[in-house]
Amino acid sequence: MSLMTEITILVLAAFVGFEVISKVPTTLHTPLMSQTNAIHGIVMLGGLIVVGYANDPLEYVIGTIAIAFGAINIVGGFMVTDRMLGMFSKKPKPKADADAKGGT
Amino acid sequence: MVQAVLQPGGDGATALYIVAFSLFIIGIKRGTHPTTAKQGNLVAAVGMALAVVTTLLLDGIGNWGLIALGLGVGTAVGVIASVRVQMTEMPQMVALYNGVGGGAVALISWAEIRHGISEIDHGTIASIPLDTLIPILFAAVVGSVSFWGSNIAFAKLQDLIPTKPLAVPGQQAINVVLLIGIVAACVSIAVGNDDPSQLTFIAILIAAGLLGNLVVLPIGGADMPVVISLLNAFTGLSAAAAGFALDNVALIVAGTLVGSSGTILTMEMATAMNRSVANVLFAGFGGAPTGGASGSGEERPHVAIGAQDAAIKLAYADTVVIVPGYGLAVAQAQHAIKEVGDELEKRGVTVNYAIHPVAGRMPGHMNVLLAEADVPYENLKEMEEINPEMARTDVAVVVGANDVTNPAAKTDPDSPIAGMPIIEVNEAQQVIVIKRSLSPGFAGIDNDLFYEPNTSMLFADAKQAAADIAAEIQNL
Repeated sequence: MSLMTEITILVLAAFVGFEVISKVPTTLHTPLMSQTNAIHGIVMLGGLIVVGYANDPLEYVIGTIAIAFGAINIVGGFMVTDRMLGMFSKKPKPKADADAKGGT
Repeated sequence: MVQAVLQPGGDGATALYIVAFSLFIIGIKRGTHPTTAKQGNLVAAVGMALAVVTTLLLDGIGNWGLIALGLGVGTAVGVIASVRVQMTEMPQMVALYNGVGGGAVALISWAEIRHGISEIDHGTIASIPLDTLIPILFAAVVGSVSFWGSNIAFAKLQDLIPTKPLAVPGQQAINVVLLIGIVAACVSIAVGNDDPSQLTFIAILIAAGLLGNLVVLPIGGADMPVVISLLNAFTGLSAAAAGFALDNVALIVAGTLVGSSGTILTMEMATAMNRSVANVLFAGFGGAPTGGASGSGEERPHVAIGAQDAAIKLAYADTVVIVPGYGLAVAQAQHAIKEVGDELEKRGVTVNYAIHPVAGRMPGHMNVLLAEADVPYENLKEMEEINPEMARTDVAVVVGANDVTNPAAKTDPDSPIAGMPIIEVNEAQQVIVIKRSLSPGFAGIDNDLFYEPNTSMLFADAKQAAADIAAEIQNL
């Protein structure tokens, strides 16, 4: 890929990012952050490529740590986001619920 | 074993990466509403799985043992952390994730430097083409700053080091010198060609790490929402830069998305404090308030009440607005407060929750805590939404919030928080402030709200006070 192609992708992605993310409501900003942590875990691909093609002890070490860091981001990020969003989506009609029970 | 079929940098792999980043965008787009966000998160996770599998199928990938080791350790840590973390601790968790993300990028950039040198006979760093070298250096510096800066932010949030602004004399000058030194060193290894070792590069990593430490150390707890968001943006930029170095579209797009998100949040947080990002980073709040005894000087008259009085005021109101702050998180009072809300609603009182954008230690922190306590998200009101309602509110209850309710922000142009948007609880008919003492908030200034004639102070731990009030309402 040429440098200019990559810059084109970067600029377009920035516009898409601003457009989409500015529509995320304040209520969901914490899950948004943990989700973007998870998406940032994409750097693990770099670690996989480093280790996958390495033949030098230092690169083994550096790359393996990078893979572990990336995996923490991916797994931890998506899981904790899922946990939080579960709190927002559960019991969508608590008021109706209370009314039905006659307000005990 | 599946035979590797994808060529590194080939069309097949790139096509799959394009599908992966599209799923990220769809996932975030679904995250714009609480009911679809969980599904959106799953979509993004599928995109990530696709990107990882694609990479593992690249032709020539080996060292499976090490890959499995890294994946295994990282997955185990991620699972344990995400299951165990309390919702009050989310700022720490995100700080930590920012940190490991930045650290991963810094490490990868180092490996890329070594790889670039080894590809060429008698190679040096300067023999790496500039369109690869510049992104690598950028990723290394930003990654290292994020790693160390985030670790400091984590340590502050976890109370491992003091959350007060730690000012070192000449701090700004040291930071500027470090930054200039880092840039100069980057330029020198890009043009110099007699250094086959990576010592200069390692020095750059270390200097950037030091800079990360020094920039975050002087920043106090209440500014953490800005800092965490900014570090989030930095990690995104570093990932995008790594994408340039590795010629990988998935990294470029994903990194840019994260960068956009962090940037938007940083700007929103800074706006909510009426401060510029530069001001947060380079000036302790109000020039580091002189830390003396809070009650020193004259004692101003205020009204103190007990849980029973508070319960009566609340139970006979028509509309109540609860204003949570970081103190609620510290006291883990979200469930107890929800109980008060429930008791009031049973009596037909309308209860809403007013959330200042910088209440808590990260964007949206209060919303998550209240969601954990099963407060329906429709009842969580943003500042702009609730302020016009304040004059029609019978009782406003401030729980563990301080500076974000200080009317001095509007009335006193000399106040350190002048111009900061606040939740205008002083407009409500009556105000109850649940707080341990009259001590000032993070800005180190007295809150005029406490001395208004319609304000009652309930001095107690937020959780205990809320539990007492709920019990008293039940007894009425």
